[in-house]
Amino acid sequence: MIKFNVTDRYDISAGRSFMTNLLSLVAGLFMIGLVFLFLGVNPFYALFKIFSGSFGSFYGFKETLTKAIPLILIGSGLTLAFRAKFWNIGAEGQLLMGAIFAAWISLFLGDHLPSYIMVPLMFLAGFTGGALWGIIPAILKIRFSINEVISTLMLNYICADFLTMLIVGPWKGSTRFGFPGTDNFPDSAILGLISGSRIHYATFILSILCAVILCIVIYKTRFGYEARVVGENPDAGRYAGIDFLKTTLILMIISGGLAGLAGVGEVAGIHHYLGYPAAVSSGYGFTAIIVAWLAKLNPLLTLVSGIFFAGILVGGDAVQISLGLPAATVGIVNGILLICLIMGDYFLKNKITLTIAKP
Amino acid sequence: MEDMIVSTLERAMVAGTPLLLATTGEVICERSGILNLGVEGVMAMGAVVAFIVTMTTGNPWLGVLCAVGVGMAISILHAFTSISLQANQVVSGLALTMLGLGISGMMGKPYVGKPLLVKMEDLTLPFLSDIPYLGKILFAQSPFFYLAILLALAAWFLLEKTRLGIQIRSTGENPKATETQGIPVTRIKYLCVLIGGGFSALAGAHLSISYSKSWIEGMTAGRGWIAIALTIFALWNPGRAIGAAFLFGFVFVVQYLLQPLGISPNFLSMLPYIATLIILLFISFKDPRRLSAPAMLGEPYKRGER
Repeated sequence: MIKFNVTDRYDISAGRSFMTNLLSLVAGLFMIGLVFLFLGVNPFYALFKIFSGSFGSFYGFKETLTKAIPLILIGSGLTLAFRAKFWNIGAEGQLLMGAIFAAWISLFLGDHLPSYIMVPLMFLAGFTGGALWGIIPAILKIRFSINEVISTLMLNYICADFLTMLIVGPWKGSTRFGFPGTDNFPDSAILGLISGSRIHYATFILSILCAVILCIVIYKTRFGYEARVVGENPDAGRYAGIDFLKTTLILMIISGGLAGLAGVGEVAGIHHYLGYPAAVSSGYGFTAIIVAWLAKLNPLLTLVSGIFFAGILVGGDAVQISLGLPAATVGIVNGILLICLIMGDYFLKNKITLTIAKP
Repeated sequence: MEDMIVSTLERAMVAGTPLLLATTGEVICERSGILNLGVEGVMAMGAVVAFIVTMTTGNPWLGVLCAVGVGMAISILHAFTSISLQANQVVSGLALTMLGLGISGMMGKPYVGKPLLVKMEDLTLPFLSDIPYLGKILFAQSPFFYLAILLALAAWFLLEKTRLGIQIRSTGENPKATETQGIPVTRIKYLCVLIGGGFSALAGAHLSISYSKSWIEGMTAGRGWIAIALTIFALWNPGRAIGAAFLFGFVFVVQYLLQPLGISPNFLSMLPYIATLIILLFISFKDPRRLSAPAMLGEPYKRGER
């Protein structure tokens, strides 16, 4: 008779953690392959297309880095929030609010200010917008014990409607031939690109800096420690006199603000105008959740997981075009990978041994 | 004026029906201690499956049945990760939503924009539907409406008045003590997650084959998330869910009523989401002891752990 013995594992080394994640991803890719098979697409060809489209060529890799920028910015902010068990699902809305604030600055001040004042001002405004939108669920949770998953999601919908209201109404551009959207930003408000790519370097550098700084914040500062205690052992935190409101506010200012920065990058670096919310956010706020989870909530590792998932997005676009798959494919890929990652955690936390007992 | 009020209330009942179905399912699920954030995804799956099956077979009830089956099947994923693997229920539920929205978008792509020619006839109750005003609002609705109310009442009866109900509730409150009584905690949790999934899919089926009679990606429009909020608003009681769901049905309908007044339609479409926040705010001012969330909601339970 075969028997499974499940015992807790206390020694989780970095190597084991890495291997478990890697195996989970492989298992996930296998399951995605099955989905492709079900759709009548050769799974090996589709998976090859995904990775060759994103990492196989210089052009593809540049696109991957472009999409990694918002994922790293948002994902690293989410690691902090998730460590405090604050489930910020509202990065989409925070990104949009950042984009709205940046658009506001550029449309109304852009003609009067030079680029070297304009760009920092836009980033500041974007951070503020995202942070303000992030503070709301923090207050609602701590003061009124409103579940943050619900409130952040509701705020996503509200912000998307608000943005649409702006671009079909007061901010509607005169050069859009009646289509929704603002006019193009003035030249002073457009982010510089690394030549030959769409990588807006200001945001690119910012995203790497944020991941590094957040890593120091989480592991080396008092605030980072307090945020972790709030998440892991709130009772101990209360006993130790940690101010939950203050801690949550700060972490949501950071998490929301970084999503806001990602929004600035999208509108000022890629689109150059404020259009429909779905086009501005492209689902980055949701994909970043998996980025943070794959990074095991370590901000520094979001540099790796962010580029990996950006690769899946870029490769996903490639297979959509070449194999005629619908845009929803990326959602399936993301969902399956996330499920495999959390399943993998079980094997990391538990030691499973097989014993074959003789009858 | 009278006609307008009657037709508004009538449409509020229609709009509230999917909310009631999904909320009832989530109440049962959460009462057993499992938080399922996959409602939105399962609802989309239910909508697309019901639509495709109804369109190809011409039988709406077969569509409903298949939707419920698929909803339960896909919910097994969340049950397995959160119950058997004790994974984080927030993340697992989100993954289910991503997956459900993704698969439904993919399956439904060839059907976008196609009208459903098969109709599900309204069920007009004899005599009762002749009552002035009320008859038209309450007794001449689609079968889903009656089904939703009957199921909510049945769920209330199940949870409050039956042996299984007590077992479900005590599983959510204290799984360890429940298990020492010899009650199969794991099996009960699985059962509740599957029932919840079936209800969510049923809500989706209503959306696609009765409410809008078409399929389009994103047609669930956050209704699954609102249902999760309504679960809190209903204080985890299916009976109260009836009132909560139809109140929200009214919020959904009122935007069409206000549109002719020249208010921006984009502002009006924010209303259900703003109302959700307001209602949660309102609930938080209540006596916290009456906020009777299941004690172990969202907490993974591991057998034999102290």
